Amino acid sequence: MSKPGMSVKYREAGADIGNALAAPDAPDAPDVRTTMLEVRDLTVRYGDLVIVDQVSFRVKSGQWLMVVGPNGAGKSTIVGAISGGVSYGGHIECIGKDIKAYKPQSIAKIIGVLSQRYSVSYPFSVGEVVRMGRYAHSKGLFAGGSDADAAAVARAVELTGLESFLDHSVLTLSGGELQRTFLAQLFAQDPKLLILDEPTNHLDLVYQKQVFALIGEWLKTPGRAVISVVHDLSLARAYGTEALLLHEGRIVAQGAARETLSSENLNNVYAMDVFEWMRTMLAQWREEA
Amino acid sequence: MRSSAIKRESFRAADYALFAALTLAVMLVCIGAGSVNVPLSQTAGVLWNALTGQPQPGGTAVPIILSARLPRVLCVALVGASLSIGGGAMQGLLKNPLADGTTLGVSGGASLGAVIAMTFGITIPGLPFAGTMAMAMLFAFLSLIIILSLAYRLDYSLSTNTIILLGVIYSMFVSSVVALLTTFAGERVRDITFWLMGSLAGSSYMNAAVLAGMALACGGVLLCRARELNAFAIGEDNARHVGVNVRRVKLTVLIAVAALIGVCVSVSGMIGFVGLVTPHMLRMVVGPNHKRLLPATMFGGACFLMLADLAARTILSPRELPIGVVTSFIGAIIFLSIFFRMRRGR
Repeated sequence: MSKPGMSVKYREAGADIGNALAAPDAPDAPDVRTTMLEVRDLTVRYGDLVIVDQVSFRVKSGQWLMVVGPNGAGKSTIVGAISGGVSYGGHIECIGKDIKAYKPQSIAKIIGVLSQRYSVSYPFSVGEVVRMGRYAHSKGLFAGGSDADAAAVARAVELTGLESFLDHSVLTLSGGELQRTFLAQLFAQDPKLLILDEPTNHLDLVYQKQVFALIGEWLKTPGRAVISVVHDLSLARAYGTEALLLHEGRIVAQGAARETLSSENLNNVYAMDVFEWMRTMLAQWREEA
Repeated sequence: MRSSAIKRESFRAADYALFAALTLAVMLVCIGAGSVNVPLSQTAGVLWNALTGQPQPGGTAVPIILSARLPRVLCVALVGASLSIGGGAMQGLLKNPLADGTTLGVSGGASLGAVIAMTFGITIPGLPFAGTMAMAMLFAFLSLIIILSLAYRLDYSLSTNTIILLGVIYSMFVSSVVALLTTFAGERVRDITFWLMGSLAGSSYMNAAVLAGMALACGGVLLCRARELNAFAIGEDNARHVGVNVRRVKLTVLIAVAALIGVCVSVSGMIGFVGLVTPHMLRMVVGPNHKRLLPATMFGGACFLMLADLAARTILSPRELPIGVVTSFIGAIIFLSIFFRMRRGR
């Protein structure tokens, strides 16, 4: 990713948050990684209202791009455009090919999406929901029982710790368990690029930590990348290798996460002293300790 | 991990055999019972002789069974199966437990066509009763074209909310036109009202053949989309994310359901609650997976409507009630009990 006038360096993965992060990139090393997604001049309008305005960025394998910005910045709309749910102007390329040229089943093998919240109406079992992730890999009414499908589902269930929930109705799950079920579906889908739209927005701290650690582990396999829309700036800075800072549908800054999410950039976008606010929040816990 | 993570989800041959046996048993009872009761053994004997081409015994049972009851019960079973599979598919596609084949507005359109035919006495030369059927089917398809064209204009992605809203608005508009026509229908008001409440009296083998053809074709299309309907039942976005071609599948399912409903309404009039209630009842038995649910609803819908028709024929015998009145009465009670049970179960 690059933006004129911005210093772009790939940072060391944060050793302070354990081994959940992707392997770091050596600075100045020759860049041989695959470009997973390239977005050029993306524009989304609802009537006369411009929601996303000429946004361009690129995600390469091994990168975890955090899309950050205040409410209404256009973060989820960008995700919607990439995942085919929103009409857009501009160009989106996935592994060197226009994303619109892919068939839905083909693109689902490359891009997987985790939404910020799921609501379910029917009592599907957890196992059934996870197995739906294999749709793109199998064809026909009686498909879904191949060895490869079974292995992928088993891996996804094990990774997300859902073994004991398999026969539970999704209507009986808590928000965290439900989100974990759809994460397992995403892992069963086995895409190369994960797009996460505020994946832990409604979840408690323990689950936030679990989800980010799981995705960090997933990203360690070569040829994979992640794009996350996040509100939590600390999570964005801790786990992201790259960041895209948006304001009113436009890019304010982009590049390595630490440089992009700087005090100056954040203060400009959020129109407040963000670091001071964070220090105040942290101080009250220190006083208690 | 447990084997349930990789178990087969399909409706197995043994399931088909069980449901088919149950449906045939209900069919036998419904053919034999009525204003003139024919013993089950005699009914089975007459049907067997007819199937194998053997000579029939004398008496009134043979014409009652073969000329009156069998074509009617066949039509009832096929309408029940079609309305139910259509309802099950729509509830999955729209992720809406209140949806059924009528949600799209097509049944309203079909009834408008039939009422126009009855009000103005439109017939087909040589086939006097086919005029109503032909007009109902024509208007069913015209309605589908109007609703989908409007939906495309408003929302290219054909979102479920747009379809539901347009369906409701279109149904209200059509029912007002039907009411207007009924006002000026003169002496035909009684026929129109009876037809609108649903009736399969006077059904023929020709009706059964048309219904069977449509049920096979459109039911087959819906069964082939069971996996996609599972994904839609979780959510349209989820369906798109796992790789479903949402626009194509939605269009395919909508057209198949519209064709089924249009033909059903043209033969039987408006029969409410079957497409709404049967999938809910069967979901409690076989679960929400459409690979099992859709075949089960076909059999379940056939049984439900055959029993409702039997009740319509026998409760005030020799007077016959409109079948739509019976299904709405029973359906409302069943739906309420399912609703309470679901709320308590959450």
